Formats: sequence, C-alpha cells, structure tokens
Amino acid sequence: MLDYFLTEEQQMMVETAREIAEKKIVPVRAQYDEEQTFPTDVFKAIADADLTGVYIPDEFGGCAGDTGIMNMCLVTEELSKACGGISLSFAGTALGTLPIMIAGDDEQKKRWLPRIASGTLAAFGITESDAGSDAASMRTTAVKDGDDYILNGSKMFITNGGEADIYSVFAMTDKSRGARGCSCFVLEKDMPGFTFGKKEDKMGIRASATRELIFQDCRVPAANRLGKEGTGFMTAMKTFDNSRPGVGSQALGIAAGALDLAVDYARTRKQFGRPVIANQGLQWMLADMAMQIEAARALIYATARWIDSGAKRPTMASAMSKCYASDVAMKVTIDAIQVFGGVGYTKEYPIEKYARDAKITQIYEGTNQIQRDEIALALIKEAARG
Amino acid sequence: MNIVVCIKQVPDTTDVRINPETNTLMREGVASIINPFDAYAIEEGVRIRERLGEGTVTVVTMGPPQADAALREAISLGADEAVLLCSRAFAGGDTWSTSLTLSLAMKKLNPDVVLAGKQAIDGDTAQVGPGISCHLDWPQACYVSKIREIGKGKAVVECLMETGKEVLEVELPAVLTVVKEINEPRLPSLKGKMRAKKAVITTWNEQDIEADPQKVGLNGSPTAVNRVFSPPRRGGGEIIQAETASEAAKIVVAKIKELQIA
Amino acid sequence: MSENALIIDPEKCVGCQACVKVCPFGALEMQGKLAVVNDNCTFCGACPPSCKFGAITLKRAKKVATIDLDAYKGVWVFGEQIDGVIQGVVHELIGEGRILADKRGVPLTVLVLGHQMDDAANELLEYPVDGVIYVDDPSLKHYASEPYARVVSDLIGQKKPEIFLAGATAIGRSFLARVAVEVHTGLTADCTGLDITDEGLLLQTRPAFGGNIMASILCAKHRPQMATVRHKVMQAAHKTGGRGGKVEKVTPQSTLLRSRTTRLDWLPELSDTVNLVDADIIVSGGRGMQKPENFHLIEKLAKCLGGAVGSSRAAVDAGWMPYSHQVGQTGKTVQPKLYIACGISGAVQHLVGMGSSDTIIAINKDKDAPIFSVATYGIVGDLFEVVPAMIRELGGEA
Repeated sequence: MLDYFLTEEQQMMVETAREIAEKKIVPVRAQYDEEQTFPTDVFKAIADADLTGVYIPDEFGGCAGDTGIMNMCLVTEELSKACGGISLSFAGTALGTLPIMIAGDDEQKKRWLPRIASGTLAAFGITESDAGSDAASMRTTAVKDGDDYILNGSKMFITNGGEADIYSVFAMTDKSRGARGCSCFVLEKDMPGFTFGKKEDKMGIRASATRELIFQDCRVPAANRLGKEGTGFMTAMKTFDNSRPGVGSQALGIAAGALDLAVDYARTRKQFGRPVIANQGLQWMLADMAMQIEAARALIYATARWIDSGAKRPTMASAMSKCYASDVAMKVTIDAIQVFGGVGYTKEYPIEKYARDAKITQIYEGTNQIQRDEIALALIKEAARG
Repeated sequence: MNIVVCIKQVPDTTDVRINPETNTLMREGVASIINPFDAYAIEEGVRIRERLGEGTVTVVTMGPPQADAALREAISLGADEAVLLCSRAFAGGDTWSTSLTLSLAMKKLNPDVVLAGKQAIDGDTAQVGPGISCHLDWPQACYVSKIREIGKGKAVVECLMETGKEVLEVELPAVLTVVKEINEPRLPSLKGKMRAKKAVITTWNEQDIEADPQKVGLNGSPTAVNRVFSPPRRGGGEIIQAETASEAAKIVVAKIKELQIA
Repeated sequence: MSENALIIDPEKCVGCQACVKVCPFGALEMQGKLAVVNDNCTFCGACPPSCKFGAITLKRAKKVATIDLDAYKGVWVFGEQIDGVIQGVVHELIGEGRILADKRGVPLTVLVLGHQMDDAANELLEYPVDGVIYVDDPSLKHYASEPYARVVSDLIGQKKPEIFLAGATAIGRSFLARVAVEVHTGLTADCTGLDITDEGLLLQTRPAFGGNIMASILCAKHRPQMATVRHKVMQAAHKTGGRGGKVEKVTPQSTLLRSRTTRLDWLPELSDTVNLVDADIIVSGGRGMQKPENFHLIEKLAKCLGGAVGSSRAAVDAGWMPYSHQVGQTGKTVQPKLYIACGISGAVQHLVGMGSSDTIIAINKDKDAPIFSVATYGIVGDLFEVVPAMIRELGGEA
C-alpha cells in the first residue's frame, strides 16, 4: 500500500479499527451473516474504542479535527476488510448523522451529536417503495400542526432501521413544490406513531438490519426540523456528496479484505506440487486486483480530503469514488472466488460472502447508473461553462 | 481507591517458533507483549475504578527501558499512571528479589489493593504476587476468578482451585492474583492510545525506592540458573495410513489398548 | 569476583549472531557487527558454548553464605490435604523425596497441617518416610495462606531441613512463595526433575517459556532449598510397611495463626468430569468441533476411555466449553499418559500445555496442522467420522 501520509491520530484510528476487525468481527462474521444477527456487541466495541466519534466535531464530543470525512473513510475501510455487513452499523450511523452536521443548528447538534459520538446508532431515511433513485417523488408527508408536524407514510430499505435510536427522515412539507417541498426531520425511536416493518432477508450485508420505517400520525416537534422548510432535498444531496466516499470505502475495504484472503490462499494451496500462486495467470489476476484497489483508494482518499478542506461541489468526485470503488469491489471479489476455486464457492470459506456483500455497494446511496448520470451532468455543466 | 497493577513484558509466544535443528526458541523479530494474565489484571483494575466511580489505576513494571511500551499499552487500556522500575541493579533477579523490588515500590505508592496476573507466561512461576504480599506483610488471594465486592478495607473474592472455588474475604491492602476467567479485557480505545502516547512514565531506580543493591536483582537472588538447555525433542510420530475412518479407528484403538492405561 | 559479568571480546566477535539466537532472555543484541549484552541478562550460561570463536566469557560472582549451611539436615515434603484427605501429589513427593534423602543420607519427613487428621498422619508412616510432623489446630483445617506460611516458616527455623518440597498445586504455589520470603531462601516453581549434584546441592530442573526451554537451578547459599513439583511427573511411593518412624504432633503458637483472610464458602466444580490435571487420559476438542453440541462426541470418547474432557482456547473463547477445561498457555498445563486432540490445529499456546503428555493422538483433517508435529499417532481425516468409529471400536454407542 502507498504511503498516504496519514496523521498520527489517523494511524491510531486505523490501528484501533483493525484490532476490532481482527478480534471482534472476524470470529463472528460467518455466524452473524448466517443468522442475520445485528452486531450490537461489535458496535459497542466500536463505540468503547471511541471510533463512533471520528467524524463528529470535537466540540460535540467527537474527535474529527478537520479531517472528519477522511477519518470516517479510514475506519469504514478497516472494518469492512473483515465484514462489509458489520461495518455498516458504523457507516450507516455516519450517513444518518451527516444531515444533522450539515443542516442542524447548534442547539440540534448539541442534542444529538454527543449521543452519537458516544455510541448511539443513527439511520438515514429517504428511500420509499415508489421513490428510489427518483427521490423527489416521495410520498411521505409532514403537515404542520401548531408547534409540531404530523408525519404519515413509510420509508423502505433503511439501514440500521429498528436498531437505531436517531433517524434523519425526509418528508414532503409542500407537495406542490416538488423537490423544493421536501424537509428533513430528526425522529427518535420511541416517538408515538413511529414503527418498523419487517426486516429484509438479503443476499449480502446480512449482519446489517434493513427495515421499513412506518409513520402513522407521528407527531414530531418543529424543533426537530433540520434547516428551513423546503431545504430537505438540498440537505440530502449535500449528505450524499459527503457520504459517497464512505460507501466507496466500504467497497474498498471489502475488496482489500478479499484480496488479502486470495493472496493467502494462493500461497498455501498446492497443486501440481507447488503453490498455485506460482502460476503466472493467477499472479496477473492478483496484480490487476491490487492495482484497481489502490486506484480506488487513491481516488477515495483524495476526494475525502478535498471535502474536508471545504470543497463547495464535490459531487462528481464523490460519485466517482462510490461508483469506481464499488465496481472494483464487485470485480475483485468475484475474481477472488476464482482464485479459491471450488472451496471459494462454499460457505466453508469466507470469500463468497465478500462477493455477496460487495453487490449492494453498486446499488445503494444511488445506483452506479445514477452516479454516472451525476458525473456526466457535472461534465456537461463544466463544458457549458467553458 | 488506589489500585496498583503489576505487569510484566514478555515475548509474544504466538510469534515464537522453535528452531527445528537446535530445538531452541527463535526470538528474532519476536514482538513483546503484556503478559496475557496481567492484561486481565489491568482490566479488573479499570473495572474496579469504574464500578466505584473513583480512584486511580497505576501500572508498575520492572524491566529494561523498552518495557515503557508495555506501560503505555496499559494506559491505552485504561490505566491512569505508570511507573517503570528500571536499573541495572534490578536485572537478573529471581522471584525473591523481584518481589522485594516490587514491594519497595508498593511502599512508595501505598495502594489499597495490588492486582497481578497469576503468573507470567515466560517464567510460569506464580511466585512474585505472593512474594510481594509477604514482603509487605499483607494478606493475599491467588487465582482470583471473580471479585464479588471490593471497598474500604476489604474484598470478597472467588479463588479458582483444582476442584472448585474458594470464596474468601480478604482484608485490604492485599495482593490479588487473577486468572483468565475473571473478565474479558477491552481493546485499546482511540482516546486511550492518544493519552498513552502523551503520558509521562515515572522511572524509579534503586535509590528512588530505597533498595539495598545487595538485596535486589541478581545480587539478592537466592537461586541461580545453572544451565539452560533444550528439552528432548519430540518428533512427529506415525501418521496412520488407512482407507476409511473405521479402519483408522481400529488401528488407533489397538494402539491405545497397547498402552494399557484405560 | 564481586559481581557477575558476561564479557564479549570485541576482537573475537565476528557478528555471526549465533549467541543472539540461543539467548532465551533476549539479552543479546547486535550493535553494528558486534554482539552486546543488555540488562535482560541473567547470566544463565546459554550463550558461551554457542560462540564458535570463544568471544563470550561468563564470570560468576562467588557468593558467600551468611548462614551455617551445615546446620540444615533432612528432606521435608509438604503433606497437602484438602478436607482432611492427603492429596495424590504427596505420594509422588514422598517417592522423589526418598530418593533425594537416600542420596544425601538424611531422613525424610512429611509435614502435615490440618485438624483431626491423626489417622491420616499415622497412615503416612506406612510409606517409606522416616517421620511425620503433624501440626494440629482448628484454624489449619482449611488452607489459609498466612497461618500456613507462618507455621511452616517457624518449623523450618526450629528444625532446619535442607530440602523442602511441595506440590505445584494452587495451594503449594501460593503459600510456599511466602515461606521463601519469610525464611529468606530460594524457591523454584513447578519442577519436573530433581537431583543431587556432586557438591550435595539440590539440582532443580523446570520448564520455562511454556516448556520450550528447560532450566536447571541451584540454591547454593540459602536453606532450605525449596521447590514445588509438578503433579504426575515423579513416581509415586507405595505403602512399604514403614520405617519405624513416629508422628510428632505439634500445637502451633497462636501468634502464628493470625489470618486476614476468611473462608466464607466453598463452591465445588459442578462438572462431573475428572480433574484435568489429575487425569491419566484426556480427550480434547478444538475449533474443528464446529459447534458446542458436537462436544458430546468428545465426552463419549472420554467416557469410553475413562478420561477427562479438555478443550483448546478457541473452543473456550467461542463459548463452547467452560474455561476450566482449557488446556494450554492461558489454561491448564497437563501431562496425562494419553492425550487425544480432536480438531485442534496445535497452536504453540496449546502445545505448551500438553506437549509433555506420554502419548499424543491427533485427529485433524488438515495434514499440515502443527499438532501432527508432536503427535505420537496422527490420523488425517474427518473427526466426525473417526471419533464415532473409535467410540464404536471401544464398545460404545456413537
């Protein structure tokens, strides 16, 4: 791996996350994957190790310094090397937290960020059954009633749904205004009228809980609205600009973990009297995998650092990070199974799980088709500006 | 409560390999770690402090300057202070003089309770804990698998013996040596690591603890190592060749019956 | 010589690092092309013979005894009892103590601390011992570290034995360290070999680094020479009709009996398995057992053989077996006549806990598993086929 000149604190974050990955995640990942167990104990270890604060500003109980997004990426990558599903308890919380950091006022930040920094799970709710990529067509409504809003509707495929205590939820406050009629609210798990649907039975990231959020006349104080009415969609877009390098990091970690396993296996597996890694055909596969992983890492780190430096419109780079790294993860994990051969296709070995976990990174937080749309749109805008 | 934890830096046996030709330890590149049993003592010390909501945990080790790393790791695991007993005069000590050296440090630190692992994985003696206790004329409880309660002046502990557990009430100050069963040590935290990096480690030599140089280290050791040698080598034996599991079982059961122990 | 010294002659040292490799304490390191000695050195003598160039000289200080060594005579062994029952290790101590006493031409005495144990004390006279000292007091009924240490130290001061041995048990190891401090003498832990040198000293051999190296230790200028002895290593003595010795019953001074620990309760181990350390046969399971339910196979095999159930650390950490069954570095060190390892790969930490078993049988599907390097007999195969077949072969129902 290249030297990315991490700060001393960042090196400690990586070390700390690696120890959790090795000692707390590796021993349980197969079981949690099989049983779809939510990793409450591992997330507690992550919180006890202070990692839940790496992207939260120091004044709100975290230790982000001025490198919060980079820190979040580093920790996500390290945890994902061991399990892309368990790491999502951390990364999904970051996604749910970002709207508060982006659009919350000081009072709101004080209310929620210290809790999250010390280990409360958060979640992000925008997707609906009829509003996936087309987020602006959402049907969940928030109707003003005195000092409160009344929420009705439901959200689908919500990571950490039912497990988290704090939810950033998007709802239409004025349907007639389309995207400009969307607002963002912070909901707490115990609010009356806020319930959860069934837990999805998924192909991969099975240690992550994915549930439906249901709002039936759910009364939310206006003090829980982030930003002004109608700014929700902007908040969501800014959140994605910040969070997509994180999805990239999850994909990157999955790919890097798979490569490590593949190299190990290829060195020890003997056929025709020599380790299979002695075959040039296989060496070239591994070389390609390593090259793509390093390129993804360089892109993600550069993007994260650009965001941390205060980038105004990092949309294109964020989309590239997420899209490139997730495509790499899919290719690398499938190739890693090939390196393992027959046993790689069995659940006896952990490698098939990496491929199942990788697939979602091409889909969620905007499919890779949407990412390419974003990249192309940015290209067109830039060209038009001349 | 003033809690002191005695720790030792030892070679990491997960790294230790045996040279198949000489049958000796290959120590090159072997990392040093905190003696695993002492890690349980550190965790227990931190838990006592957390449970009582007050107190300090001070880790103490006797060793070369490199033992600084073990103390810093202990701080990253939750200890507050660290003391390194470091002097040429302390070197080469057996359990008698090592426990004397540590007991002199205890006199200076004046703890309410001293915790240590039941033994170190390099020496395996289990004698230093009781030795410290006796040098100080304190009571002790060894092989502690649970601290039921601890407070002003006494503790109630469970001690793991060969055929069961003895529940003991112990007057404090006392030395308690702990076994693995007592807890599951936490992993180092980020803030702990940062604190460990910045921590100031106190270093004491024989003058600082008012030790008679003739009574500590090698000078003060009643025992001396006469010779170190490799145990008789145990080669791999016979791999039983059989077509089926039941055939293999038949052969191996016959071998067992030949031993005439069952 | 007033101090020990390890001297490396820079003229002769060629920087071959041979000494660095043999040092068990990491006390030799390279500075440029020269070996240098650091503070870890215990002057153990491992390195001088390793140097082909004669560059290393060890000079040992001559210690002067501050006590009259000749005043100490006789071999004592500690007659450990639990609930009034003399423990098995005591018979081994008598066996070994007899050999040492005969070599020294001195009497062998068993020291018993307890209460209402006259019969047990008398019964010890049927073994090849020259006498029994029985200290009787209600407060000695159960082990307590302070009174035990004080009473024994006091008797040593009065009667001056030259050698004192105890079992390397939880009791022996924890109170003898106090005795050694009180009477100011050396104590060697967990010995596996004892002998008398030409000079008449007790040569104590013990494993270190989990059995990877052996060290022989002397206590030249202090008395008594004390050692705890590992269970199941020495030959146990049998009743031989005795040697006409007597039981000397001692009533301890009350000042010696002060204790700052109080025994509140005793919780016997609930498992019906035999004490691991005492077992002649141990059947152990590891990560290869896959799930806790599968340990019934291990239990069945152990039952067929009349053995105890052991476990690797992996199986304990996974919560499949209680810690009391763990064999290895952070568990128990065992030395049975037969050790059967099922689905245990054989990490160093496990090997140090069972590597000195008389016969080792390993069953593992990975032919490269390190366990096979110590196994007397190895079976490369699926334990879920082999173990049930063994149970059937032994007449059990798999």
